[in-house]
Amino acid sequence: MKGYTATLPDGEAIHYVDRKRWLWSLSVLYPLQPFLGIWLHAETGNQAWLLLPLFLGYVVAPFQDWLLGEDENNPPEEVVIQLDRDRYYRFLTYAVVPLHFIALFGAAWWAGTQDLSWWAFIGLAIVAGMGSGLGINTGHELGHKKAAFERNLAKIVLAVPVYGHFWIEHNRGHHRDVSTPDDPASSRMGESIYKFALREVPGAFNRAWAIEKDRLERRGRSVWSSNNQILQSMALSLVVQLGLLIAFGWLMIPFLILHNIFAWWQLTSANYVEHYGLLRLKEANGKFERCQPWHSWNSNHIYSNLVLFHLERHSDHHAHPLRRYQSLRHFDDLPTLPSGYFGSYLLAYVPWIWYRVMDKRLLALPHIQGDLNKVNIDPGKRQMIYEKYGQAAA
Amino acid sequence: MSEFKCPECGYVFSEEKGDEHEGYSPGTTFESLPEDFVCPDCSVQYKEDFEPA
Repeated sequence: MKGYTATLPDGEAIHYVDRKRWLWSLSVLYPLQPFLGIWLHAETGNQAWLLLPLFLGYVVAPFQDWLLGEDENNPPEEVVIQLDRDRYYRFLTYAVVPLHFIALFGAAWWAGTQDLSWWAFIGLAIVAGMGSGLGINTGHELGHKKAAFERNLAKIVLAVPVYGHFWIEHNRGHHRDVSTPDDPASSRMGESIYKFALREVPGAFNRAWAIEKDRLERRGRSVWSSNNQILQSMALSLVVQLGLLIAFGWLMIPFLILHNIFAWWQLTSANYVEHYGLLRLKEANGKFERCQPWHSWNSNHIYSNLVLFHLERHSDHHAHPLRRYQSLRHFDDLPTLPSGYFGSYLLAYVPWIWYRVMDKRLLALPHIQGDLNKVNIDPGKRQMIYEKYGQAAA
Repeated sequence: MSEFKCPECGYVFSEEKGDEHEGYSPGTTFESLPEDFVCPDCSVQYKEDFEPA
């Protein structure tokens, strides 16, 4: 297997081999899951197989995380430049882009041409949406890079889930405002994922639109012009979804609505668990303190990290947003989720279980130590939470 | 005309060239950038973090 050699400051030579090198191709293959269900349905005639990817996502993935456990290995800093430059890793992020389109087309074709029961039809639309939600993850990895080619690929892949505003919203909005009450993409203590979704989805779009409008105004252009990068991606979404409607008829209307909502729901789920309750404090000058490693929840679980381009090493991502996925690092004593993302999502979907598991973890963090004034709390739950923990509101 | 560099990601703001994509025309001084300016590439470094390049 390919290795990287470097010399430590003390003169010692080191050789690093990325044991996950080939396993990263899981992030590329994962979005093709709808075809697994389609193939088994075609082979057996049993429509229930179409729901297999739901089982893989919500049951097998958390189980795999539990079974395979965690990986705390980091590449030595001395080889990171070589690792970042290794084109194999970025090739995977390019290769997955067309697969997201193919997966949507395949699922739409099957839903539009087979005589499916209503539940199989809905299930297939949700499965397709989950796959396209991973497209937001692909767009996330690509959209953080400087090269125009990679940013353009981000805009293209984000057209699949109709979320073209994401890379502007995420890079320029979320990274700036993360873990503050101003951020629609950071969840608050006591805020259920369902309440969060209703704040996050419109809030993220509005923030992206405002950022792009500012940029275009500085350039003397209208926000309603072809220079608007959000509209560029949305135009491609329109072509794709209109094309599917023309090809497969009115059935595509419910199919695409469900697909889009469930794609967005994947991002909502990730955003919800990534910064729950964490708060950057205000400094004397009125600005929020810089984002620190303890302002993100992390997970080192192997399986879910392999299908999400290492997204769960989230503190390092916020400290160094341009760092490529293969180089993201684990650090000791960071806020840690009880499981990988897929298992954490399941907890989040049942709010009382989520609060039970996470509020305790949140308040036990070394920088909080039970002090509610250092927590991002849902304003509607503020009084209740302060009373519950016997503290006076600041 | 000077250049200012982001200490995190290496983005360089050149006063001479400006930044066309971001809408800062050539000749824009670093001083005149908005106070809430953040690095256009990484977004985690503020105006006051930039160093003369």
